[in-house]
Amino acid sequence: MLEQVYNAIFIGSIYALFAVGFALVFSVLDILNLAHPTVFMLGAFVALFAIATLGLPWYVAIVLAFVATGLFGILLDRIAFAPLRRRGAPQLSTMISSIAVTLVVVRLVELRYGGDFITFPRGTVPSFLIQIGDATLEGIRVVIIATALVLMAGLTYLIRSTSIGRDIRALAENPRAARILGVDIERAVAATFFVSSGLGGLAGALLAFAYDSLDSKMGLSLELRAFTVMVVGGMGSLPGAVIGAYVLAFGEVGSLVYLPAELRDAFAFGLLFLVLIARPTGLLGQRNADRV
Amino acid sequence: MLLETLGLSRSFGGVRAVAGVDLVIAPAQVFGLIGPNGAGKTTFVNIVSGHLRPDAGTVHFAQGDVTGLAPHVLARLGIARTFQGVRLFKGLTVLENVLVGRHARMRPDALRRLWPRGAPDLADREIARSLLDRMGLAARAGALAGELAYGDQRRLEIARALASEPRLLILDEPAAGMNPAESSGLRGLMRDLALNGLTILLIEHDVRLVMGACDRVAVLNFGRKIAEGTPAEVQRNPAVREAYLGAEDVA
Amino acid sequence: MDAIADFLSAYSTLIALVGVNALLALSVWITLYAGQLTLGNAAFMGIGAYVSALLGRHLGMPFPLALGLGALAAGVLAVPLGLTVFRLRGVYLAIATLAFGEVLRVILLATPITGKGQGLNGIPPKTELWHIFVSCVVVAYVLWRVQGSTVGRAWAAIREDETAAASQGIAIRRYKLGAFVAGALIAAWAGGLSAHVTFSIDPNDFAFSKAVQILVFAVVGGLPNVAGPILGAALLTALPEILRPLKDYRDIFQGAILLFVIIFLPRGLVTVAQLRRTRRLQKIGAADVA
Repeated sequence: MLEQVYNAIFIGSIYALFAVGFALVFSVLDILNLAHPTVFMLGAFVALFAIATLGLPWYVAIVLAFVATGLFGILLDRIAFAPLRRRGAPQLSTMISSIAVTLVVVRLVELRYGGDFITFPRGTVPSFLIQIGDATLEGIRVVIIATALVLMAGLTYLIRSTSIGRDIRALAENPRAARILGVDIERAVAATFFVSSGLGGLAGALLAFAYDSLDSKMGLSLELRAFTVMVVGGMGSLPGAVIGAYVLAFGEVGSLVYLPAELRDAFAFGLLFLVLIARPTGLLGQRNADRV
Repeated sequence: MLLETLGLSRSFGGVRAVAGVDLVIAPAQVFGLIGPNGAGKTTFVNIVSGHLRPDAGTVHFAQGDVTGLAPHVLARLGIARTFQGVRLFKGLTVLENVLVGRHARMRPDALRRLWPRGAPDLADREIARSLLDRMGLAARAGALAGELAYGDQRRLEIARALASEPRLLILDEPAAGMNPAESSGLRGLMRDLALNGLTILLIEHDVRLVMGACDRVAVLNFGRKIAEGTPAEVQRNPAVREAYLGAEDVA
Repeated sequence: MDAIADFLSAYSTLIALVGVNALLALSVWITLYAGQLTLGNAAFMGIGAYVSALLGRHLGMPFPLALGLGALAAGVLAVPLGLTVFRLRGVYLAIATLAFGEVLRVILLATPITGKGQGLNGIPPKTELWHIFVSCVVVAYVLWRVQGSTVGRAWAAIREDETAAASQGIAIRRYKLGAFVAGALIAAWAGGLSAHVTFSIDPNDFAFSKAVQILVFAVVGGLPNVAGPILGAALLTALPEILRPLKDYRDIFQGAILLFVIIFLPRGLVTVAQLRRTRRLQKIGAADVA
């Protein structure tokens, strides 16, 4: 039982890191960034590169993953989203441009590393066990949970208490007013993407460590879960994304007890569907009346 | 009577937007509804046009109880409206906008069009064109509705509303942003339409237009009806003066 | 004549695929035209594929009947789905239909009769090129004619402004549902045709990536008329073949081309033929999709 809870918290933390980045971009820029799973995957591969090719220790690799994917996020916006934003293109167009980028990036990674599962070089990823009572838990997961919590707190601090965070909030609420009030829009957008992608990439690196495995397609299944997390927690709400992440993780781990493994995925989407029907604004979202 | 509301009420959250409004509009009347900002005029109209359900009260139209019916049903029954701030189909042409307005009166022709034989909607197109003519928009029939100047957009919206051959036409602040020449043109149009039997419910801030065009006027404030009568009677009413706090010419 | 026959037989699979994708793109076009962003048509395609294949295999049903029932099954499912997601707009609607698609995929993975993860194999190749061709022509023609009718105008009005459309006497729910169900029927028909050309199907053929692919066909082609989705489907289906010499770099070029098109021609390829009108639409910021 303790193992189940431990696993749920661990999975929830990964979901949370991933979904928070996704929700951040959505809430600030109204963009459904379907290239987000790509940065997740990229983070893992940057970590691999750092460890296997550059010979760096794993904790440096994590930092590198964060920074590299953060920068990639800014690049992604410049190439795929900013031009569309400038001409006021519909949301659908940004979805498609992010898909296009995904195609290119996934292929590039596959060209270098192939499409199969890869493991980290022996001994480079910390692997230790913790005994608590009857249960034997994998130690790296504690690190991940702790990292996730620290980052979540860091993000909250960033958004609430820093000037760039204030700029981001202004941008989220009313871009036009923000511009008039002198907010440096470009900087706020860049910061949003840096944080969003950096967190996503970090989540990927951490997950790769936890399972000692990565592959070019690792982001995709997570993407669909991210939708569930966002909708359950409330579209665009960051705390909602975090809550939604843990709700989903606990739900999935719990459902494994009662449902066959193949139907576990159905839980996520069934939940998503139900929430969308019953309460589309999610747990923490705002009601948006259609004014006449 | 053509339209009657009894005890119509609607709240949002804790706010009573419309509180127990009784109103009677006779056929071929031009009936004005005025009141300060936030008085509940648009909410009232949204209930009458079916876009909102009332919390309490009833709406009767031409002897039938229409409370809570959907907007498209009311359109078929003969209630048409324009919207505050103009809601046109911007990406469609001017003519197409009016044709959509005729939706309630047109025979559905999807199946007939499967045979590539002519345009079965010629009669309706004629009606649409003559409406555009009447509103001075004939020359712009092929333009996209979103390309029109604001004043033209308003006239187009009225043409679209008239296309459904309504018995009651609700105009929600049609004169906003119009210059004096345009609003006197509007006044003339409303008089013409009423002479031909159309009933008009006019919501307006432009008090001059209301006083000049309407047969009867009702005043709302904080969701309640505080006065009703002929324009002259309402103008003299001290409660009305107080509601507007002396701001008489709000245009 | 011989050259044409040779071409057809050499590329028959590709042409069949183009035709099927054109139908799928058209199925999504209807819903987009009515202002609904749906990602559920891959699931409906899957329903059509599985139902028609299973009816043929277990009941020996004649091909056209199996196809029809497959389409009908999807249509029947589309009604309650359409009614439940009726209130959702834009991104929420997309996600809800996507969720439906995923639930269906998982159910297919878990149900023994569908062969679960292995899917169905050995589906008899009953589809001829002319089936696909005729289907495309009929669907395109019908949609073209409907576009200019009261129904098409009603859909366009709903897309532009639902509230105002209701006041013109348009029964919003009925028309939205109509577009949704029509899309489901066409997608399922295409699914049935496709299953009997590719010999085998499995649940992952009808998942998220397929749904997105269909959407991309329609959007890249353009939405002003039925030519758009057909063009988009044809081009994007043929593109991998055209780019075959590029081998491993194929996907990269595909992604780059897609990116180029969406950034410089966000209203689709057919806008090239309608440059002036498109510019006018863009200037007034008219609604393109939900």
